[in-house]
Amino acid sequence: MGVVVNGEFMELPERVVFVSDMLRHFDIHEKVVVVEINGEVLTRVEHQSTRLSEKDRIEIVHFVGGG
Amino acid sequence: MLKIGSLSFQSRLLLGTGKYPSFEIQREAVEVSEAEILTFAVRRMNIFEPSQPNFLEQLDTQKYTLLPNTAGAKTAKEAVRIAKLAKASGLCDMIKVEVIGCDQTLLPDPIETLKATEELVKEGFIVLPYTSDDVVLARKLQEVGCHAVMPGASPIGSGQGIINPINLRFIIEQAVVPVIVDAGIGAPADAALAMELGADGVLLNTAVSAAKDPVKMAKAMKLAIEAGRLGFEAGRIEKKKYATASSPKEGMSIG
Repeated sequence: MGVVVNGEFMELPERVVFVSDMLRHFDIHEKVVVVEINGEVLTRVEHQSTRLSEKDRIEIVHFVGGG
Repeated sequence: MLKIGSLSFQSRLLLGTGKYPSFEIQREAVEVSEAEILTFAVRRMNIFEPSQPNFLEQLDTQKYTLLPNTAGAKTAKEAVRIAKLAKASGLCDMIKVEVIGCDQTLLPDPIETLKATEELVKEGFIVLPYTSDDVVLARKLQEVGCHAVMPGASPIGSGQGIINPINLRFIIEQAVVPVIVDAGIGAPADAALAMELGADGVLLNTAVSAAKDPVKMAKAMKLAIEAGRLGFEAGRIEKKKYATASSPKEGMSIG
């Protein structure tokens, strides 16, 4: 399925169905990340239950050093 | 005791986590500072390099209260979005509203800051807006329900210290929520002065992270803030035009 992740278009493999699958695919499922799909911010529990769709605009963010 | 919203803290130093020479130095600086509140920024993750080390992973997040900022936002809408992203991590309810209105001075946009603060208060966040030292704006931020107000001492990262102590004093006198002096602190003396003026806390980053010895500076800032607070509580003497002798005039053996 073709989606846009952090501004970049990419193809995700078929086994990626839920947001949690995508995080595993990128090997960031154990990190503190927050996902936003088409402008909707997901809580951590919603990662398991939220399905991805063709052309989704996905943002994956995390905490970095800052003042 | 510093009380912000429903939370209480022993330390009055809030420490930023940006631009340290290494994670090791940063970890040590955070530890000796005894800060309980640490600020962070929210950024896109580089998903192609997931093994990149992240300071947050090295922290005991139970031990610290995370204060994410909305740095990068130029409008209230962007700030609210960043705040929601931060909260969705499940690690924090606090947010430092930072809406920059001028790229050169990094001074905040007062109107967007006020709008974002109002909306985030309604959304249930504990809201700490970074603001200029504008006395009326500080009051209006409190009127919309912010939980602390954070006037800058001078431009972010400039290290110029407190350039308008009068305004800070006015903000502190009128405040009904904690006042945390945020940005522009350079030396321990600046932090002590902020506390002597009656501030409830100081938020700084570059003054420690870019010091020649960040760990030693973290300690110096901790002590300066404690000294400044004690001085404020003790109540300094009034300034007089002429000298007054400390030793008694009676019983002198000469003359």
